[in-house]
Amino acid sequence: MNLHAKETWYRRLFAVTAFSTLIFLAGIIVTLFHGAWPLFREVNVIDFLAGRAWYPTHTPPEWGILPLIAGTMTVTAGAMLISVPLGVGSALYLYEIAGKEKHFIKPLIEILAGIPSVVYGFFGMAVAAPFIRNFLDLPVGLCAFTASLILGIMAVPFICSLTEDALRMVPKSFREASLALGASRWQTLVKVIVPAAGSGISTAVILGMSRIIGETMTVLMISGGAAVIPKSIFSPVRPMTSTIAAEMGEAAMGSLHYHALFGIGLVLFLMTLLLNITAEFISRRFRLKLGLTQ
Amino acid sequence: MKKIMIFILLLLTAVTFSYAERIKIEGSTTVLPIAQRAAEQFMELHEDANISVKGGGSGVGIAALIDGVCDIADASRAIKQEELDKAVSKGKDPKAHMIAMDGICVIVHPSNNIQQLTRAQLKDIFTGKIKNWSEVGGIPEKIVAISRDSSSGTYEAFGELALNKAKVRTDALMQASNQAVATTVAQTPSSIGYVGLGFVTPSVKAVIIDDITPTKETVISAKYPLARPLYMYTNGAPSGQIKDFFDYLKGEEGSKIIEEEGYIPLK
Repeated sequence: MNLHAKETWYRRLFAVTAFSTLIFLAGIIVTLFHGAWPLFREVNVIDFLAGRAWYPTHTPPEWGILPLIAGTMTVTAGAMLISVPLGVGSALYLYEIAGKEKHFIKPLIEILAGIPSVVYGFFGMAVAAPFIRNFLDLPVGLCAFTASLILGIMAVPFICSLTEDALRMVPKSFREASLALGASRWQTLVKVIVPAAGSGISTAVILGMSRIIGETMTVLMISGGAAVIPKSIFSPVRPMTSTIAAEMGEAAMGSLHYHALFGIGLVLFLMTLLLNITAEFISRRFRLKLGLTQ
Repeated sequence: MKKIMIFILLLLTAVTFSYAERIKIEGSTTVLPIAQRAAEQFMELHEDANISVKGGGSGVGIAALIDGVCDIADASRAIKQEELDKAVSKGKDPKAHMIAMDGICVIVHPSNNIQQLTRAQLKDIFTGKIKNWSEVGGIPEKIVAISRDSSSGTYEAFGELALNKAKVRTDALMQASNQAVATTVAQTPSSIGYVGLGFVTPSVKAVIIDDITPTKETVISAKYPLARPLYMYTNGAPSGQIKDFFDYLKGEEGSKIIEEEGYIPLK
Protein backbone atom coordinates (compact mmCIF):
# COMPACT_ATOMS: atom_id res chain seq x y z
CA MET A 1 0.00 0.00 0.00
CA ASN A 2 2.74 2.34 1.08
CA LEU A 3 4.74 1.40 -1.96
CA HIS A 4 1.76 1.98 -4.16
CA ALA A 5 1.17 5.44 -2.73
CA LYS A 6 4.81 6.30 -3.25
CA GLU A 7 4.61 5.22 -6.84
CA THR A 8 1.56 7.39 -7.44
CA TRP A 9 3.45 10.35 -6.03
CA TYR A 10 6.44 9.77 -8.25
CA ARG A 11 4.19 9.49 -11.23
CA ARG A 12 2.54 12.80 -10.37
CA LEU A 13 5.85 14.52 -9.72
CA PHE A 14 7.27 13.56 -13.08
CA ALA A 15 4.02 14.39 -14.84
CA VAL A 16 4.28 17.88 -13.36
CA THR A 17 7.87 18.31 -14.53
CA ALA A 18 7.00 17.07 -18.00
CA PHE A 19 3.96 19.29 -18.31
CA SER A 20 5.78 22.33 -16.94
CA THR A 21 7.83 22.36 -20.15
CA LEU A 22 4.57 22.48 -22.04
CA ILE A 23 3.43 25.41 -19.93
CA PHE A 24 6.64 27.30 -20.71
CA LEU A 25 6.23 26.57 -24.40
CA ALA A 26 2.64 27.75 -24.38
CA GLY A 27 3.68 30.82 -22.42
CA ILE A 28 6.36 31.71 -24.92
CA ILE A 29 4.04 31.22 -27.89
CA VAL A 30 1.33 33.33 -26.30
CA THR A 31 3.85 36.07 -25.41
CA LEU A 32 5.23 36.14 -28.95
CA PHE A 33 1.81 36.40 -30.56
CA HIS A 34 0.60 38.87 -27.97
CA GLY A 35 3.72 41.01 -28.35
CA ALA A 36 3.63 40.98 -32.13
CA TRP A 37 -0.11 41.55 -32.47
CA PRO A 38 -0.13 45.39 -32.11
CA LEU A 39 2.35 45.61 -34.99
CA PHE A 40 0.18 43.65 -37.36
CA ARG A 41 -2.75 45.91 -36.64
CA GLU A 42 -0.77 48.78 -38.16
CA VAL A 43 1.59 47.07 -40.56
CA ASN A 44 0.53 44.66 -43.26
CA VAL A 45 2.06 41.17 -42.82
CA ILE A 46 3.22 41.15 -46.44
CA ASP A 47 4.88 44.57 -46.07
CA PHE A 48 6.56 43.30 -42.93
CA LEU A 49 7.88 40.08 -44.47
CA ALA A 50 8.70 41.39 -47.94
CA GLY A 51 9.65 45.01 -47.21
CA ARG A 52 13.22 45.83 -48.13
CA ALA A 53 13.95 48.62 -45.67
CA TRP A 54 14.37 48.30 -41.91
CA TYR A 55 14.35 51.81 -40.39
CA PRO A 56 12.55 51.32 -37.08
CA THR A 57 13.51 54.64 -35.48
CA HIS A 58 13.21 56.87 -38.51
CA THR A 59 10.21 59.16 -39.09
CA PRO A 60 8.27 57.71 -40.79
CA PRO A 61 9.55 54.26 -39.75
CA GLU A 62 9.89 51.36 -42.17
CA TRP A 63 9.33 47.80 -41.04
CA GLY A 64 10.61 45.53 -43.82
CA ILE A 65 12.42 42.48 -42.49
CA LEU A 66 13.32 40.88 -45.82
CA PRO A 67 16.98 42.00 -45.46
CA LEU A 68 17.05 40.44 -42.00
CA ILE A 69 15.56 37.17 -43.22
CA ALA A 70 18.03 37.20 -46.12
CA GLY A 71 20.86 37.80 -43.65
CA THR A 72 19.81 34.83 -41.53
CA MET A 73 19.44 32.61 -44.60
CA THR A 74 22.84 33.56 -46.05
CA VAL A 75 24.69 33.01 -42.80
CA THR A 76 22.87 29.72 -42.18
CA ALA A 77 23.49 28.38 -45.67
CA GLY A 78 27.18 29.25 -45.44
CA ALA A 79 27.50 27.71 -42.00
CA MET A 80 25.84 24.49 -43.21
CA LEU A 81 28.37 24.20 -46.04
CA ILE A 82 31.08 24.14 -43.41
CA SER A 83 29.50 22.24 -40.55
CA VAL A 84 27.85 19.39 -42.47
CA PRO A 85 30.96 18.00 -44.19
CA LEU A 86 33.07 18.53 -41.07
CA GLY A 87 30.45 17.19 -38.66
CA VAL A 88 29.36 14.18 -40.68
CA GLY A 89 32.95 13.48 -41.73
CA SER A 90 34.25 13.42 -38.20
CA ALA A 91 31.32 11.22 -37.13
CA LEU A 92 32.16 8.71 -39.89
CA TYR A 93 35.76 8.74 -38.79
CA LEU A 94 34.86 8.20 -35.16
CA TYR A 95 32.43 5.43 -36.06
CA GLU A 96 34.40 3.48 -38.62
CA ILE A 97 38.09 4.28 -38.55
CA ALA A 98 39.15 5.66 -35.20
CA GLY A 99 40.71 3.19 -32.83
CA LYS A 100 42.29 4.35 -29.60
CA GLU A 101 42.45 7.95 -30.76
CA LYS A 102 38.68 8.05 -30.41
CA HIS A 103 39.13 8.38 -26.66
CA PHE A 104 40.66 11.79 -26.97
CA ILE A 105 39.15 13.06 -30.23
CA LYS A 106 35.59 12.71 -29.06
CA PRO A 107 36.07 14.63 -25.79
CA LEU A 108 38.00 17.29 -27.70
CA ILE A 109 35.14 17.77 -30.15
CA GLU A 110 32.80 18.01 -27.21
CA ILE A 111 34.92 20.72 -25.62
CA LEU A 112 34.23 22.76 -28.75
CA ALA A 113 30.54 22.51 -27.87
CA GLY A 114 31.21 23.85 -24.38
CA ILE A 115 32.80 27.13 -25.47
CA PRO A 116 30.39 30.01 -24.79
CA SER A 117 29.14 31.70 -27.95
CA VAL A 118 30.40 35.10 -26.81
CA VAL A 119 33.92 33.67 -26.85
CA TYR A 120 33.41 32.50 -30.42
CA GLY A 121 32.18 35.98 -31.23
CA PHE A 122 35.18 37.55 -29.61
CA PHE A 123 37.52 35.25 -31.48
CA GLY A 124 35.71 36.05 -34.73
CA MET A 125 35.87 39.78 -34.14
CA ALA A 126 39.47 40.01 -32.96
CA VAL A 127 41.15 37.26 -34.98
CA ALA A 128 39.08 35.80 -37.81
CA ALA A 129 37.59 39.01 -39.23
CA PRO A 130 40.88 40.95 -39.64
CA PHE A 131 42.57 37.82 -40.99
CA ILE A 132 39.84 37.16 -43.56
CA ARG A 133 39.81 40.82 -44.57
CA ASN A 134 43.55 40.79 -45.26
CA PHE A 135 43.64 37.33 -46.76
CA LEU A 136 40.77 37.82 -49.23
CA ASP A 137 41.40 41.55 -49.67
CA LEU A 138 37.85 42.51 -48.68
CA PRO A 139 36.80 46.03 -47.72
CA VAL A 140 35.55 44.73 -44.36
CA GLY A 141 36.06 41.50 -42.43
CA LEU A 142 32.76 41.54 -40.56
CA CYS A 143 30.58 39.84 -43.14
CA ALA A 144 28.33 36.86 -43.81
CA PHE A 145 31.34 34.72 -44.70
CA THR A 146 33.10 35.26 -41.37
CA ALA A 147 29.86 34.67 -39.48
CA SER A 148 29.22 31.48 -41.50
CA LEU A 149 32.70 30.21 -40.80
CA ILE A 150 32.49 30.70 -37.05
CA LEU A 151 28.89 29.43 -36.78
CA GLY A 152 29.83 26.44 -38.93
CA ILE A 153 32.61 25.53 -36.53
CA MET A 154 30.24 26.01 -33.59
CA ALA A 155 27.74 23.55 -35.05
CA VAL A 156 30.31 20.81 -35.82
CA PRO A 157 30.23 19.07 -32.41
CA PHE A 158 26.44 19.13 -32.42
CA ILE A 159 26.10 17.57 -35.86
CA CYS A 160 28.98 15.16 -35.22
CA SER A 161 27.60 13.65 -32.04
CA LEU A 162 24.04 13.35 -33.37
CA THR A 163 25.33 11.74 -36.57
CA GLU A 164 27.46 9.32 -34.61
CA ASP A 165 24.43 8.35 -32.53
CA ALA A 166 22.48 7.72 -35.74
CA LEU A 167 25.26 5.51 -37.10
CA ARG A 168 25.42 3.54 -33.85
CA MET A 169 21.67 2.95 -33.98
CA VAL A 170 22.07 0.90 -37.16
CA PRO A 171 21.76 -2.72 -35.95
CA LYS A 172 24.97 -4.75 -35.99
CA SER A 173 23.24 -7.38 -38.11
CA PHE A 174 23.16 -4.96 -41.09
CA ARG A 175 26.89 -4.65 -40.97
CA GLU A 176 27.55 -8.34 -40.39
CA ALA A 177 25.25 -9.31 -43.26
CA SER A 178 27.00 -6.92 -45.61
CA LEU A 179 30.47 -8.10 -44.68
CA ALA A 180 29.33 -11.74 -44.93
CA LEU A 181 28.22 -11.09 -48.50
CA GLY A 182 31.78 -10.14 -49.31
CA ALA A 183 31.44 -6.35 -49.26
CA SER A 184 34.51 -4.38 -48.20
CA ARG A 185 34.44 -2.08 -45.17
CA TRP A 186 34.15 0.98 -47.43
CA GLN A 187 31.30 -0.58 -49.42
CA THR A 188 29.53 -1.53 -46.21
CA LEU A 189 29.88 1.98 -44.84
CA VAL A 190 28.79 3.81 -47.97
CA LYS A 191 26.15 1.43 -49.30
CA VAL A 192 24.65 0.00 -46.11
CA ILE A 193 25.38 1.93 -42.94
CA VAL A 194 25.08 5.49 -44.22
CA PRO A 195 21.86 4.89 -46.21
CA ALA A 196 20.37 3.08 -43.22
CA ALA A 197 21.33 5.96 -40.95
CA GLY A 198 20.34 8.49 -43.62
CA SER A 199 17.28 9.91 -41.96
CA GLY A 200 19.10 10.02 -38.63
CA ILE A 201 21.86 12.03 -40.27
CA SER A 202 19.29 14.33 -41.88
CA THR A 203 17.80 14.91 -38.44
CA ALA A 204 21.24 15.80 -37.12
CA VAL A 205 21.74 18.26 -39.97
CA ILE A 206 18.36 19.89 -39.54
CA LEU A 207 18.75 20.25 -35.78
CA GLY A 208 22.20 21.72 -36.38
CA MET A 209 20.59 24.16 -38.78
CA SER A 210 17.95 25.32 -36.33
CA ARG A 211 20.73 25.87 -33.81
CA ILE A 212 22.64 28.04 -36.25
CA ILE A 213 19.54 30.07 -37.08
CA GLY A 214 18.93 30.80 -33.42
CA GLU A 215 22.51 31.73 -32.57
CA THR A 216 22.62 35.35 -31.45
CA MET A 217 25.70 36.61 -29.68
CA THR A 218 28.21 35.45 -32.26
CA VAL A 219 26.37 36.90 -35.25
CA LEU A 220 25.76 40.13 -33.38
CA MET A 221 29.51 40.49 -32.98
CA ILE A 222 30.76 39.39 -36.38
CA SER A 223 28.13 39.60 -39.09
CA GLY A 224 28.60 43.36 -39.60
CA GLY A 225 25.02 44.37 -38.94
CA ALA A 226 24.02 46.07 -42.21
CA ALA A 227 20.31 45.63 -42.81
CA VAL A 228 20.65 45.12 -46.56
CA ILE A 229 19.95 42.13 -48.80
CA PRO A 230 23.46 40.71 -49.31
CA LYS A 231 24.88 40.82 -52.83
CA SER A 232 27.40 38.11 -52.02
CA ILE A 233 28.59 36.01 -49.10
CA PHE A 234 31.21 38.69 -48.46
CA SER A 235 28.63 41.41 -47.74
CA PRO A 236 27.88 42.45 -44.18
CA VAL A 237 24.48 41.18 -43.04
CA ARG A 238 22.12 41.67 -40.14
CA PRO A 239 20.47 38.41 -39.09
CA MET A 240 17.13 38.46 -37.27
CA THR A 241 18.53 37.32 -33.94
CA SER A 242 21.13 40.05 -33.71
CA THR A 243 18.54 42.67 -34.64
CA ILE A 244 16.41 41.65 -31.69
CA ALA A 245 19.39 41.51 -29.34
CA ALA A 246 20.79 44.86 -30.43
CA GLU A 247 17.54 46.80 -30.43
CA MET A 248 15.40 45.33 -27.65
CA GLY A 249 17.36 47.13 -24.93
CA GLU A 250 16.71 50.55 -26.37
CA ALA A 251 13.27 50.22 -27.94
CA ALA A 252 10.74 52.01 -25.77
CA MET A 253 8.42 49.46 -24.18
CA GLY A 254 5.05 49.40 -25.89
CA SER A 255 6.27 51.29 -28.95
CA LEU A 256 5.70 49.92 -32.43
CA HIS A 257 9.42 49.19 -32.64
CA TYR A 258 9.15 47.01 -29.54
CA HIS A 259 6.26 45.07 -31.08
CA ALA A 260 8.12 44.76 -34.38
CA LEU A 261 10.97 43.01 -32.54
CA PHE A 262 8.41 40.57 -31.17
CA GLY A 263 7.25 40.13 -34.75
CA ILE A 264 10.77 39.16 -35.79
CA GLY A 265 10.92 36.77 -32.85
CA LEU A 266 7.67 35.20 -34.00
CA VAL A 267 8.95 34.69 -37.55
CA LEU A 268 12.15 33.20 -36.18
CA PHE A 269 10.19 30.89 -33.91
CA LEU A 270 7.99 29.68 -36.78
CA MET A 271 11.08 29.02 -38.90
CA THR A 272 12.80 26.87 -36.28
CA LEU A 273 9.51 25.19 -35.39
CA LEU A 274 9.13 24.13 -39.01
CA LEU A 275 12.66 22.75 -39.01
CA ASN A 276 12.15 20.86 -35.77
CA ILE A 277 8.89 19.34 -36.97
CA THR A 278 10.63 18.21 -40.16
CA ALA A 279 13.44 16.70 -38.10
CA GLU A 280 10.99 14.86 -35.87
CA PHE A 281 9.08 13.55 -38.88
CA ILE A 282 12.23 12.25 -40.58
CA SER A 283 13.61 10.66 -37.44
CA ARG A 284 10.35 8.82 -36.85
CA ARG A 285 10.61 7.33 -40.32
CA PHE A 286 14.22 6.48 -39.59
CA ARG A 287 13.32 4.44 -36.54
CA LEU A 288 10.59 2.64 -38.45
CA LYS A 289 12.94 1.85 -41.29
CA LEU A 290 15.42 0.22 -38.93
CA GLY A 291 12.62 -1.87 -37.49
CA LEU A 292 12.83 -0.12 -34.13
CA THR A 293 9.65 0.67 -32.28
CA GLN A 294 8.69 4.31 -32.00
CA MET B 1 -6.35 52.19 21.24
CA LYS B 2 -4.57 55.50 21.47
CA LYS B 3 -1.27 53.76 20.94
CA ILE B 4 -2.54 52.18 17.77
CA MET B 5 -3.81 55.52 16.51
CA ILE B 6 -0.45 57.13 17.11
CA PHE B 7 1.27 54.25 15.41
CA ILE B 8 -0.95 54.56 12.34
CA LEU B 9 -0.43 58.31 12.28
CA LEU B 10 3.33 57.81 12.44
CA LEU B 11 3.17 55.24 9.70
CA LEU B 12 1.17 57.58 7.49
CA THR B 13 3.60 60.47 7.94
CA ALA B 14 6.47 58.08 7.26
CA VAL B 15 4.81 57.01 4.02
CA THR B 16 4.10 60.55 2.85
CA PHE B 17 7.55 61.60 3.92
CA SER B 18 9.31 58.92 1.90
CA TYR B 19 6.94 59.57 -0.98
CA ALA B 20 7.89 63.23 -0.99
CA GLU B 21 11.55 62.32 -1.16
CA ARG B 22 11.11 60.25 -4.28
CA ILE B 23 12.67 61.92 -7.32
CA LYS B 24 11.58 60.83 -10.76
CA ILE B 25 13.82 61.38 -13.76
CA GLU B 26 12.60 60.66 -17.26
CA GLY B 27 13.57 61.45 -20.84
CA SER B 28 16.37 61.30 -23.37
CA THR B 29 18.19 58.01 -23.83
CA THR B 30 21.37 60.00 -24.51
CA VAL B 31 21.28 61.49 -21.03
CA LEU B 32 20.02 58.24 -19.50
CA PRO B 33 23.45 56.70 -18.72
CA ILE B 34 24.56 59.87 -16.93
CA ALA B 35 21.31 60.14 -14.96
CA GLN B 36 21.38 56.45 -14.13
CA ARG B 37 24.89 56.38 -12.72
CA ALA B 38 24.60 59.73 -11.00
CA ALA B 39 21.37 58.55 -9.35
CA GLU B 40 22.96 55.29 -8.19
CA GLN B 41 25.97 56.99 -6.69
CA PHE B 42 23.90 59.79 -5.20
CA MET B 43 21.66 57.24 -3.49
CA GLU B 44 24.70 55.52 -2.06
CA LEU B 45 25.79 58.79 -0.47
CA HIS B 46 22.30 59.78 0.68
CA GLU B 47 20.50 56.88 2.23
CA ASP B 48 17.17 58.70 2.38
CA ALA B 49 17.26 59.50 -1.35
CA ASN B 50 15.06 57.55 -3.68
CA ILE B 51 15.55 58.30 -7.36
CA SER B 52 13.97 56.46 -10.24
CA VAL B 53 15.33 56.90 -13.76
CA LYS B 54 13.53 56.15 -17.00
CA GLY B 55 14.33 56.60 -20.69
CA GLY B 56 11.73 57.21 -23.36
CA GLY B 57 13.18 60.15 -25.27
CA SER B 58 13.49 63.90 -24.83
CA GLY B 59 9.90 64.57 -25.90
CA VAL B 60 8.50 61.99 -23.50
CA GLY B 61 10.53 63.45 -20.63
CA ILE B 62 9.43 67.01 -21.23
CA ALA B 63 5.79 65.92 -21.62
CA ALA B 64 6.07 64.10 -18.29
CA LEU B 65 7.50 67.21 -16.65
CA ILE B 66 4.62 69.31 -17.97
CA ASP B 67 2.11 66.75 -16.70
CA GLY B 68 3.83 66.72 -13.34
CA VAL B 69 4.66 63.00 -13.61
CA CYS B 70 8.41 63.50 -13.25
CA ASP B 71 10.64 65.94 -11.39
CA ILE B 72 13.54 66.09 -13.79
CA ALA B 73 13.23 65.76 -17.58
CA ASP B 74 16.34 64.67 -19.48
CA ALA B 75 16.63 66.23 -22.92
CA SER B 76 19.21 66.13 -25.66
CA ARG B 77 17.66 69.24 -27.22
CA ALA B 78 16.30 72.55 -25.97
CA ILE B 79 12.62 72.74 -25.08
CA LYS B 80 10.41 73.72 -28.04
CA GLN B 81 8.23 76.84 -28.03
CA GLU B 82 4.99 74.83 -28.16
CA GLU B 83 6.15 72.72 -25.21
CA LEU B 84 6.92 75.90 -23.33
CA ASP B 85 3.48 77.32 -24.13
CA LYS B 86 1.83 74.13 -22.96
CA ALA B 87 3.86 74.18 -19.75
CA VAL B 88 2.87 77.78 -19.02
CA SER B 89 -0.80 76.99 -19.66
CA LYS B 90 -0.54 74.25 -17.05
CA GLY B 91 1.12 76.55 -14.58
CA LYS B 92 4.54 74.99 -14.92
CA ASP B 93 7.83 76.83 -15.19
CA PRO B 94 10.47 74.68 -16.93
CA LYS B 95 14.03 75.63 -16.01
CA ALA B 96 16.91 74.39 -18.14
CA HIS B 97 20.12 73.05 -16.63
CA MET B 98 22.88 72.34 -19.07
CA ILE B 99 24.73 69.38 -17.64
CA ALA B 100 27.16 68.27 -20.33
CA MET B 101 28.11 68.51 -23.99
CA ASP B 102 27.74 65.66 -26.41
CA GLY B 103 30.35 65.74 -29.17
CA ILE B 104 30.33 63.19 -31.94
CA CYS B 105 33.65 62.49 -33.53
CA VAL B 106 33.96 61.16 -37.06
CA ILE B 107 36.76 58.59 -37.20
CA VAL B 108 38.68 56.84 -39.96
CA HIS B 109 41.53 54.34 -40.06
CA PRO B 110 44.93 55.97 -39.25
CA SER B 111 46.24 54.99 -42.69
CA ASN B 112 43.51 56.97 -44.45
CA ASN B 113 44.93 60.12 -46.10
CA ILE B 114 41.70 62.07 -45.52
CA GLN B 115 42.26 64.77 -42.90
CA GLN B 116 39.05 66.71 -43.16
CA LEU B 117 35.54 66.63 -44.57
CA THR B 118 32.77 69.14 -44.90
CA ARG B 119 29.42 68.45 -43.33
CA ALA B 120 27.91 68.09 -46.78
CA GLN B 121 30.48 65.45 -47.72
CA LEU B 122 29.91 63.67 -44.42
CA LYS B 123 26.19 63.59 -45.07
CA ASP B 124 26.68 62.27 -48.60
CA ILE B 125 29.01 59.54 -47.33
CA PHE B 126 26.60 58.33 -44.68
CA THR B 127 23.53 58.52 -46.87
CA GLY B 128 25.31 56.61 -49.65
CA LYS B 129 25.63 59.37 -52.25
CA ILE B 130 29.42 59.25 -52.03
CA LYS B 131 30.57 55.66 -52.28
CA ASN B 132 34.28 55.97 -52.98
CA TRP B 133 37.07 57.74 -51.11
CA SER B 134 38.35 59.21 -54.40
CA GLU B 135 35.24 61.41 -54.53
CA VAL B 136 36.45 63.31 -51.48
CA GLY B 137 40.13 63.38 -52.40
CA GLY B 138 41.22 60.00 -51.09
CA ILE B 139 42.55 56.85 -52.71
CA PRO B 140 40.13 55.00 -55.03
CA GLU B 141 38.65 52.58 -52.56
CA LYS B 142 35.10 51.72 -51.58
CA ILE B 143 33.89 53.47 -48.44
CA VAL B 144 32.72 51.19 -45.64
CA ALA B 145 30.35 53.19 -43.45
CA ILE B 146 30.03 52.14 -39.85
CA SER B 147 27.14 53.37 -37.75
CA ARG B 148 25.66 52.84 -34.32
CA ASP B 149 22.47 50.80 -33.97
CA SER B 150 19.40 52.71 -34.99
CA SER B 151 18.00 52.81 -31.48
CA SER B 152 21.04 54.31 -29.79
CA GLY B 153 21.20 57.91 -28.65
CA THR B 154 24.42 58.48 -30.57
CA TYR B 155 22.73 57.37 -33.80
CA GLU B 156 19.89 59.74 -33.13
CA ALA B 157 22.27 62.62 -32.40
CA PHE B 158 24.33 61.89 -35.49
CA GLY B 159 21.19 61.76 -37.60
CA GLU B 160 20.16 65.18 -36.35
CA LEU B 161 23.55 66.91 -36.33
CA ALA B 162 25.17 65.46 -39.42
CA LEU B 163 22.45 64.02 -41.64
CA ASN B 164 19.60 66.49 -41.10
CA LYS B 165 17.48 63.47 -40.23
CA ALA B 166 18.16 61.72 -43.54
CA LYS B 167 18.43 57.93 -43.48
CA VAL B 168 21.75 56.22 -42.98
CA ARG B 169 22.59 54.09 -46.05
CA THR B 170 21.29 50.54 -45.79
CA ASP B 171 24.67 48.92 -46.29
CA ALA B 172 26.20 50.67 -43.27
CA LEU B 173 27.51 48.28 -40.64
CA MET B 174 25.45 48.80 -37.51
CA GLN B 175 27.44 48.21 -34.34
CA ALA B 176 26.01 47.78 -30.88
CA SER B 177 28.38 50.08 -28.96
CA ASN B 178 30.75 53.02 -29.34
CA GLN B 179 33.54 50.60 -28.52
CA ALA B 180 32.53 48.21 -31.30
CA VAL B 181 32.49 51.08 -33.83
CA ALA B 182 35.99 52.16 -32.77
CA THR B 183 37.31 48.58 -32.96
CA THR B 184 35.81 47.98 -36.39
CA VAL B 185 37.21 51.24 -37.76
CA ALA B 186 40.64 50.42 -36.33
CA GLN B 187 40.56 47.08 -38.16
CA THR B 188 39.16 48.29 -41.47
CA PRO B 189 41.36 50.64 -43.56
CA SER B 190 38.62 51.95 -45.85
CA SER B 191 36.03 52.57 -43.17
CA ILE B 192 34.47 55.63 -41.59
CA GLY B 193 32.51 55.67 -38.36
CA TYR B 194 31.40 57.97 -35.58
CA VAL B 195 31.71 57.74 -31.81
CA GLY B 196 31.28 59.94 -28.78
CA LEU B 197 34.32 62.14 -28.26
CA GLY B 198 35.30 60.12 -25.21
CA PHE B 199 35.78 56.98 -27.29
CA VAL B 200 38.44 58.25 -29.67
CA THR B 201 41.57 56.12 -29.22
CA PRO B 202 45.04 56.33 -30.79
CA SER B 203 44.17 53.43 -33.10
CA VAL B 204 41.72 55.59 -35.07
CA LYS B 205 41.99 59.05 -36.59
CA ALA B 206 39.52 61.85 -35.84
CA VAL B 207 38.42 63.80 -38.91
CA ILE B 208 38.30 67.60 -38.98
CA ILE B 209 34.77 68.72 -39.86
CA ASP B 210 34.19 72.12 -41.53
CA ASP B 211 37.73 73.14 -40.53
CA ILE B 212 37.10 72.51 -36.84
CA THR B 213 39.11 69.86 -35.02
CA PRO B 214 36.99 67.99 -32.48
CA THR B 215 38.49 68.66 -29.06
CA LYS B 216 37.02 69.23 -25.64
CA GLU B 217 37.34 72.98 -26.13
CA THR B 218 35.65 73.16 -29.53
CA VAL B 219 32.87 70.91 -28.29
CA ILE B 220 32.22 72.90 -25.10
CA SER B 221 32.18 76.15 -27.04
CA ALA B 222 29.87 74.49 -29.60
CA LYS B 223 32.21 75.61 -32.41
CA TYR B 224 32.50 72.02 -33.56
CA PRO B 225 29.46 71.32 -35.75
CA LEU B 226 28.67 67.86 -34.38
CA ALA B 227 28.22 69.00 -30.81
CA ARG B 228 25.11 69.63 -28.78
CA PRO B 229 24.31 70.46 -25.19
CA LEU B 230 22.52 67.97 -22.95
CA TYR B 231 19.92 69.33 -20.58
CA MET B 232 17.94 68.44 -17.53
CA TYR B 233 14.73 70.40 -17.03
CA THR B 234 13.06 71.03 -13.69
CA ASN B 235 9.82 72.73 -12.79
CA GLY B 236 10.97 76.01 -11.27
CA ALA B 237 14.31 76.35 -9.56
CA PRO B 238 15.34 73.07 -7.93
CA SER B 239 15.13 72.84 -4.19
CA GLY B 240 15.73 70.28 -1.48
CA GLN B 241 17.13 66.98 -2.60
CA ILE B 242 16.75 67.81 -6.30
CA LYS B 243 19.09 70.74 -5.76
CA ASP B 244 21.52 68.45 -3.93
CA PHE B 245 21.37 66.09 -6.89
CA PHE B 246 22.25 68.89 -9.32
CA ASP B 247 25.08 70.05 -7.08
CA TYR B 248 26.39 66.51 -7.10
CA LEU B 249 26.06 66.20 -10.86
CA LYS B 250 27.82 69.50 -11.48
CA GLY B 251 30.54 68.73 -8.96
CA GLU B 252 33.69 66.71 -9.34
CA GLU B 253 32.03 63.31 -8.99
CA GLY B 254 29.38 64.20 -11.53
CA SER B 255 31.99 65.37 -14.01
CA LYS B 256 33.77 62.08 -13.62
CA ILE B 257 30.59 60.16 -14.41
CA ILE B 258 29.91 62.36 -17.43
CA GLU B 259 33.41 61.80 -18.72
CA GLU B 260 33.25 58.04 -18.17
CA GLU B 261 30.02 57.82 -20.12
CA GLY B 262 31.73 59.44 -23.09
CA TYR B 263 30.38 62.98 -22.79
CA ILE B 264 32.10 66.26 -22.03
CA PRO B 265 31.58 67.86 -18.62
CA LEU B 266 31.20 71.62 -18.72
CA LYS B 267 34.16 72.27 -16.44
